[in-house]
Formats: sequence, C-alpha cells, structure tokens
Amino acid sequence: MAMIDFINRVFGKETGSKSIAKERLRLVLVHDRCNISPEILDDLKEDLIRVISKYLEIDVRSLDVSFSQEDQAMALVANIPVIGVKRQNQT
Amino acid sequence: MGEVIVITSGKGGVGKTTTTANLGTGLASLGYKVVLIDTDIGLRNLDVVMGLENRIVYDIVDVTSGKVTASKALIKDKRFPDGRLSLLPAAQTKDKTAVNPTQMVKLCEELKQEYDFVLIDCPAGIEQGFKNAVAGAEKAIVVTTPEVSAIRDADRIVGLLEASDLKNPRLIINRLRPTMVRQGDMMSIEDMVDILAIDVIGVVPEDDTIVISTNKGEPAILDPKSRAGQAYRNITQRITGHDVPLMNLDEPQGLVDKLRKIFGKG
Repeated sequence: MAMIDFINRVFGKETGSKSIAKERLRLVLVHDRCNISPEILDDLKEDLIRVISKYLEIDVRSLDVSFSQEDQAMALVANIPVIGVKRQNQT
Repeated sequence: MGEVIVITSGKGGVGKTTTTANLGTGLASLGYKVVLIDTDIGLRNLDVVMGLENRIVYDIVDVTSGKVTASKALIKDKRFPDGRLSLLPAAQTKDKTAVNPTQMVKLCEELKQEYDFVLIDCPAGIEQGFKNAVAGAEKAIVVTTPEVSAIRDADRIVGLLEASDLKNPRLIINRLRPTMVRQGDMMSIEDMVDILAIDVIGVVPEDDTIVISTNKGEPAILDPKSRAGQAYRNITQRITGHDVPLMNLDEPQGLVDKLRKIFGKG
C-alpha cells in the first residue's frame, strides 16, 4: 500500500476497491438480467439508426445505446445527437 | 405441518452446507424437530460438516427409488434427544439425475408431516441438482459472500427461484469482514441489498471458529463463544418469527481503527 493510500485510509477517504466491485457488478447484472448479448444490442442500434434517419439527420458516430439501471427498473438509454431535421417532415 | 426451506447460492463455496448444518442444529436446539436433506448427489458434504459421516447406511437415492423408507435412511444426531435432528445424506456414487423433482416433492411432503423444519442443502449450479433441491421447497434462503462473482450468481438464483414460484427469498450474507468494509475494500450489507433487492435474514462475519468447528464436525452454533455461531443463532430466531436486530459486527479494534476514531472518521 502506498503511503498516500494509507493516509487516505486512516482519514476515511474512499479509495478502496469496493466502488470498482460495485460498478463492475452493476454492469454485469444489467446484461445478465436482460439476457441480451452484445450482438443483439448492435443489431438494435443499427435498426434504431435506420428508423431515426428517416426523420432526422443524426450523428451516427457519436450515437450511444446502452442499458442502465435505476433502482429496480431497467432503462434503454439512447443518446443520439441530432444534426438537423429533414425538410420533408416539417409541416 | 412443517416448513420446507431450501438453502441455495448458485456459486459453490460460499457456505451453503455450513449454513444448513448450523441452522438445522440451531433450530433443533430451540426444540424443533428438524430434518436436513443433502441434495448434492456425488459430492456429499453435509454429513462431514455435521460429524455424522461414519453412520451412513442408506442415502437419498435409496429413499427416492423406494428401496428403503425415509425413516430407515435418516441418521439421528445423538447430540439431541429423541431424534429431534436427523440427516438424509446424499448418494456419493451416483449423479444428480438419480433423483427427479417429482420424487423430491413427494419426499418433502412426507417429511414435513413429521418434522417442523425440512432444510434442503442445494448443490452449486443451476442444473438438475438445483431443480431437484427447489422442487419441494416452500421458502428459500440465498447465501452469498461479499464478492462480485458470488453476488452475480446469487442474482441469477433469485431470478430462477422466482421463476419456480419461490417468491421472496431471504438473503444470508456470509463471511463479511467489517474491517475491510470500513476501509472501503469490501461491499457493505447495504451495497448488497441495493443490488440484489431482497430482504436480509442474517449476516455472518468471517470467523476462524467455522474452520475449527468444521474440522471437528461440530457446528459452530453449538459454541457459545463463536461469533459466526451467534449470527446463526440470530438467524434461527428470525426463521421462527422473532425480530432480533443484526448483531454488532465490529471486530476487536486495531491501531488504525483507533486512530480513525480519534479523527472522527470511524
């Protein structure tokens, strides 16, 4: 243990490995619980891009789709940067 | 009419057998009639943890196949009067397919007529052995340790239990090391409850007396000085409907803990 770690620990600062364990567990459980493989998630992403691109101009490269968990509920979170709106869809 | 409780975990080596032995012994100490069933066919261990390995004549497969009656196969623990605590050992030379869930349901139905508690020690894994062990159970206790792998498996087991209509399983957190929790190097009770979202029925601290009691074949719950034994005693109280608080898990303090207290970060 490095001296700085030791001092941090004595003074109760959280530098322990527990937060790493929790975060790893959180991620692994999200996938276990919804039983979705990375391949399926990729397919889902492709489909989303196709559908949304019909209406909006989106930045495909910085698009992010992932599962997240809040309390007991699971959410599919898609962060899709919009570059522009296609003209034919404006009314 | 008795209650059938399965003790399960998913991952191996987290303390299912130790838990079954201690809870069974503890419930018998409270005066209940208890039978323990080892369903880990091929890898039987509950007999050695209980110290009853030299008295085995018949096993669970002899009973489910109809070769002998359950009462004939049961080994009575002589530490208790009038057969209040009995063990039905697993078969050692067969495999898990030697028993099926229908036979287990029948066996549990039969035993709960005579016993107050039927405790089933489940094998690790989620295959046939698990299916057998949960088939006849009405309640479930999930044992985990504060590790990523054990908690992940416990989560999977909770899902499978709910799918087999065993709602509201209770959690035992085993081998907790309070000093490591304080240092932020081990997940706390709250962390694990947050993640697994099931009720805790007990927390058992890491304790050397478990190794010693297993060496001797005498469950630690019989040792009044054992801290793990105390934790198990508390769990037997909760199983029988008494509301006892979680024990103080703090270990005898070392220098670092004392220093931390002085600086008010304890």
